[in-house]
Amino acid sequence: MLSNELSEQVQSVDVLVVGAGPAGMAAAIAAREAGVESLLVLEREAHMGGILRQCIHNGFGLHRFKEELTGPEYAQRDIDRVNELGIEVRCGTTVLSIDENRFVTAISKEKGVQLFQAGAIVLAMGCRERPRGALGTPGTRCAGVYSAGTAQKFVNLEGYMPGKRVVILGSGDIGLIMARRMTLQGAKVLACVEIMPYSGGLNRNIVQCLEDYDIPLLLSHTVVDIQGKDRLSGVTVAKVDEKRNPIPGTEQHFDCDTLLLSVGLIPENELTRQAGVTMSATTQGAVVDDRLQTSREGIFACGNVLHVHDLVDFVSAESFRAGRAAADYVQGKNREGRYVSMQDGNGVRGVVPQQLLVPEGEAEPVQVMFRPAGVYENATVVVRDGDQEILRRRKRIFTPGEMAELTLKPDMIRSIEGDTVTVEIIV
Amino acid sequence: MERQITCINCPVGCRLQVTLENGQVTRVEGQSCKRGETYAMQECTAPARMVTAAVPVQGRTTPVSVKTRTPIPKEQIFPCMRQLATLRLTAPVRMGDVVLSNVCGTGVDVIATKTVE
Repeated sequence: MLSNELSEQVQSVDVLVVGAGPAGMAAAIAAREAGVESLLVLEREAHMGGILRQCIHNGFGLHRFKEELTGPEYAQRDIDRVNELGIEVRCGTTVLSIDENRFVTAISKEKGVQLFQAGAIVLAMGCRERPRGALGTPGTRCAGVYSAGTAQKFVNLEGYMPGKRVVILGSGDIGLIMARRMTLQGAKVLACVEIMPYSGGLNRNIVQCLEDYDIPLLLSHTVVDIQGKDRLSGVTVAKVDEKRNPIPGTEQHFDCDTLLLSVGLIPENELTRQAGVTMSATTQGAVVDDRLQTSREGIFACGNVLHVHDLVDFVSAESFRAGRAAADYVQGKNREGRYVSMQDGNGVRGVVPQQLLVPEGEAEPVQVMFRPAGVYENATVVVRDGDQEILRRRKRIFTPGEMAELTLKPDMIRSIEGDTVTVEIIV
Repeated sequence: MERQITCINCPVGCRLQVTLENGQVTRVEGQSCKRGETYAMQECTAPARMVTAAVPVQGRTTPVSVKTRTPIPKEQIFPCMRQLATLRLTAPVRMGDVVLSNVCGTGVDVIATKTVE
């Protein structure tokens, strides 16, 4: 129970959005466009835009705007729209807690502690990089080991270089982008080291960030030792076998002052868990239905906090849907129907949404996204309702580095009879 | 002359073997669709890239991000970066402002991709 004094300070908001990166901005824009007047966005950083602010390279917006923008330019389009719609955004405001009844506590330097009772919440907190500690690489705890995104922030937002001779561990897109950035800014990138037999990054980035600058990509290799007393002085790299164990005798040494880690992203879901939302062990995000509602009524999730995307265009598209759904929820537009669960079959990891409503009335098309579990050439994705196939689509190639998506049409959804739908890849 | 390149049009990433005679592409092998051929032609005769960078602004801790308005010839990437490294901008800089015109004689302007008031 709150004291009387505190309960007088509780501000009531129809839709509250946590985060003003691309996901939060799109959700807020959609909610306002759907007629939500009482709308508030809380952002921890001093500016809107999220991670796009430091992604100064081009390649954003091809799907959504049909042109190639840099990260800051892409973000600015949403920032302009947010301002045009007069949406209130409180920057420098950190959300401390969310409970299952959508009671929110936040804090900022200017306003101190702020309390909100939200009609609906859209979670759009994004993701974090996997840190060194999650890898268990032996070696000294010297300076000079950074996550790729941290280095990106140093170079692009703060204007200084983290080092001169660089090895990159992991071939995720941020690592590849940073290989090029460090090279352009005058550093020598010695190698990009990837433990898997394939790269986790987009093909275009491998060509334009590594091959363009003759940076070797060492597949099935990993860093087995980190050396240096105060500052990093070198790393040892070895080949790995099929079980990803280093093969003795294959070690090679690199003299370097910087090691950048690009070894995966983890959705940032501390608040989601606090709210008692059911989580998926595969996506490390919330379990959601086809309107992106979590297991807690009125709490929605979208963007990288839900599952890690490759392209911001898809983050925006998903988040517009979440914003509209939150608006519908507070406007009392409820749907009647029967829930079926969507499951990962062979070759498929992390299907979103995990719940699908088979409505009594009109159905809407549903976007389904997942990540292939491996590289499959000339394969077919099949969506199955028991023995009944409801969708079959052939594709030239599936790779884990590229999120796959498909659309369930209204007639397919209405045809579902069982209580479980499975998505699988058949080679 | 033979060249090996990777097609970037889709995730398949076909390895293309390109035969060049007097700087002209005479043969492309290894592609699984027509886009591979087009890409090989462009990439082997006139490869071009967008260049992006962060340029310091006098009296500010935050640099301003910039890009070439269109792709420039690949061999001009490093000369372009060297020319950008000599730039010191003065605020305010607005998104879309030309910060360097006709970089390295390419005919392409470098423009700001962010606003610093």
